[in-house]
Amino acid sequence: MGIVRKLTVGMLAGASLFGPVGVAAADSPSPSASASDDASAAAPTEAGTSFRTATAIKLDQPATAGASTGDYLYWSVPVDTGQRATVKAKVTLPEAAARHGAATWQLDVYDGLRRHQACKYGTPVKAAAKDARTVELTCSLRTVRAWAEPWANDPLPGSYYIRLTVVDLPQDDLGLPVRAEVSVGATDAGGSQAVDGMLAAPLVPGATAAPRPQPSASSTAAQPVALDEPDGGWSSGWWSDRWIWTAAGGLLAALGGIAGYCLTRGSGRPSRVPPGY
Amino acid sequence: MITRKRLAAGVCGLLAALAVGLLPTPAAADAPDTKSSPKVELVLDVSGSMRSRDIDGQSRMAAAKQAFNEVLDAVPEEVQLGIRTLGADYPGQDRKLGCKDTRQLYPVGPLNRTEAKAAVATLNPTGWTPIGPALLGAADDLKDGDSTRRIVLITDGEDTCAPLDPCQIARDIAAKGIHLVIDTLGLLPDAKTRNQLSCIAEATGGTYTSVQHSDQLRKRVHQLVDRAAKPVVTPVATEGAQQCSSAPKLTAGLYSDREKFAEHRWYRVDVPPGQELRASVSIAADRAVNNDYGVLLRASTPQGREIVRGSEAGDGRTDVISSGLRYPTAPADKASGDTQPARTVCLQVSNSFSAPASVKTDPGLPVELSIDLVDGPDNAADTAFFGLGHGWWLLGALALAGLLAGLLWGWISRWRVAVWRTN
Repeated sequence: MGIVRKLTVGMLAGASLFGPVGVAAADSPSPSASASDDASAAAPTEAGTSFRTATAIKLDQPATAGASTGDYLYWSVPVDTGQRATVKAKVTLPEAAARHGAATWQLDVYDGLRRHQACKYGTPVKAAAKDARTVELTCSLRTVRAWAEPWANDPLPGSYYIRLTVVDLPQDDLGLPVRAEVSVGATDAGGSQAVDGMLAAPLVPGATAAPRPQPSASSTAAQPVALDEPDGGWSSGWWSDRWIWTAAGGLLAALGGIAGYCLTRGSGRPSRVPPGY
Repeated sequence: MITRKRLAAGVCGLLAALAVGLLPTPAAADAPDTKSSPKVELVLDVSGSMRSRDIDGQSRMAAAKQAFNEVLDAVPEEVQLGIRTLGADYPGQDRKLGCKDTRQLYPVGPLNRTEAKAAVATLNPTGWTPIGPALLGAADDLKDGDSTRRIVLITDGEDTCAPLDPCQIARDIAAKGIHLVIDTLGLLPDAKTRNQLSCIAEATGGTYTSVQHSDQLRKRVHQLVDRAAKPVVTPVATEGAQQCSSAPKLTAGLYSDREKFAEHRWYRVDVPPGQELRASVSIAADRAVNNDYGVLLRASTPQGREIVRGSEAGDGRTDVISSGLRYPTAPADKASGDTQPARTVCLQVSNSFSAPASVKTDPGLPVELSIDLVDGPDNAADTAFFGLGHGWWLLGALALAGLLAGLLWGWISRWRVAVWRTN
């Protein structure tokens, strides 16, 4: 292990030249300050009540909604390749005097195919005591991959649905007013998670290839393409900091090659070679 | 190969984005069309009990009237609003007559605020609480057109016209496939009223609110009317078959169906070569169901071989349980020349809901099936991004390999010089 450590330290010193470049050049999706200002200006104040009516929100955009206890509140948020999203929800409960006991709240996340998503960590289910003012829930999703086998349920780029509801409560408390706040943040997982392959279209409901009969007035089965898109559009799938790592590796190899060559040659021409050759 | 495909996909994406940007959204396009503009009917209980003066010191009726006046002022342009009353006219004791006492106070249509307000002002708490007949009447008022429909029911007591169960009526109305949602509001409800109203809401995918204050009532009705104005895709009714061979053929879109407890249904989708089928299904628990449940969505060939499945199970309180799958078909074989036929994929939707014996199983549970066909993915040729490397080990390995190659090259050239000299 000591050798590995030393090797790593040595290489760190060698490659610290390239490291910062990689970080800076990666097209990180973190919004600029002005973008987040815009986002909070137009923050949604309503939530949907089903997958179909889910309110579209953006990353880092706090959304609020007034609702009744027992409502199922839905939001949808676009999450792109390489992002690790964390959903945070805060429910402001009805005043304690009106409540009759503890209630359990739950946060569920579904992908664009309405498949339930696992939370890596966080507290997606929490019981609120009778006298609690608020209850806060979190759910950290797995890293979104560019591609997965159709048989896998790995998270893929596309819309993610957030469902917030109470799952257990005294029946007398049903229908009391609550306020919910939801926000989704994401960090960039970087090139270490970049996989090969790519979906033709993100998992956004209604994304359908063009050649399709126009729906008549009587059959409106066609869904409009959801306007669910990250700021700046979906990633092209061309960039990953693996380009920089690999290029840096190539450069190091070339330098190593020159160094190795020089070592064998010593300094200058061999002394025994007579002049003139 | 991959490069070419990615480029093509990029160009297609750009075109699609342009098309989406240029075309008006369907909702915006047909907004002025009254046939497809959303309809809302407010159903107000005007029974004798609405006289009680217990909402913030004013009578329930006064609170409701005040809320109506403010909501009428703020109804969005595109919404067609109507008002229906129950128990407004018959003050007598005859149950039979009292249970027929529901009438349309203001017809569903473009709103004339003054007229609507004048009509509301005439109301006086009077009679019985025939919720069931009122819902039937409201559903009838809203039946024209193919827009989304919403009933907002405001009452302070349970239905007094048994044995007609308003909850069952609500479920039957929803099963007609007319995209009707009933939201219920109980004014200071007791346990029985609450159970009945939440049952009605659950049966239609609506919401239930328990109103304690007058401004809560106003805000909530306002919110529900606004919600109706939001454009939303309405699913097309279809009916799955018991086996794949007779199943309905679906194209990309959103569909609705009904499925009984522990039943499965088949649908067929033709997937052109090189395209990817994306299907998701949600089954709603619109009545009291047993605690544990599940849904299974399977794609199989017409011969019965399973290709891929999506399944989900859960327990406890829920509105829907859903799952999905994707299945990319192999790209067309260019060598064979002529165009290959689309591949038929059978979709099976099954549920493992169960219910106590007392719960009616007819009509079945609402099923929502969404089908998308998109271009197939670029399959991964390597686990890593373009087969590129990452990390310190890679740098170390490459540097070492370079060093060794340099040494080797140096020694060879020295050796060659030495050999040349000796010759």
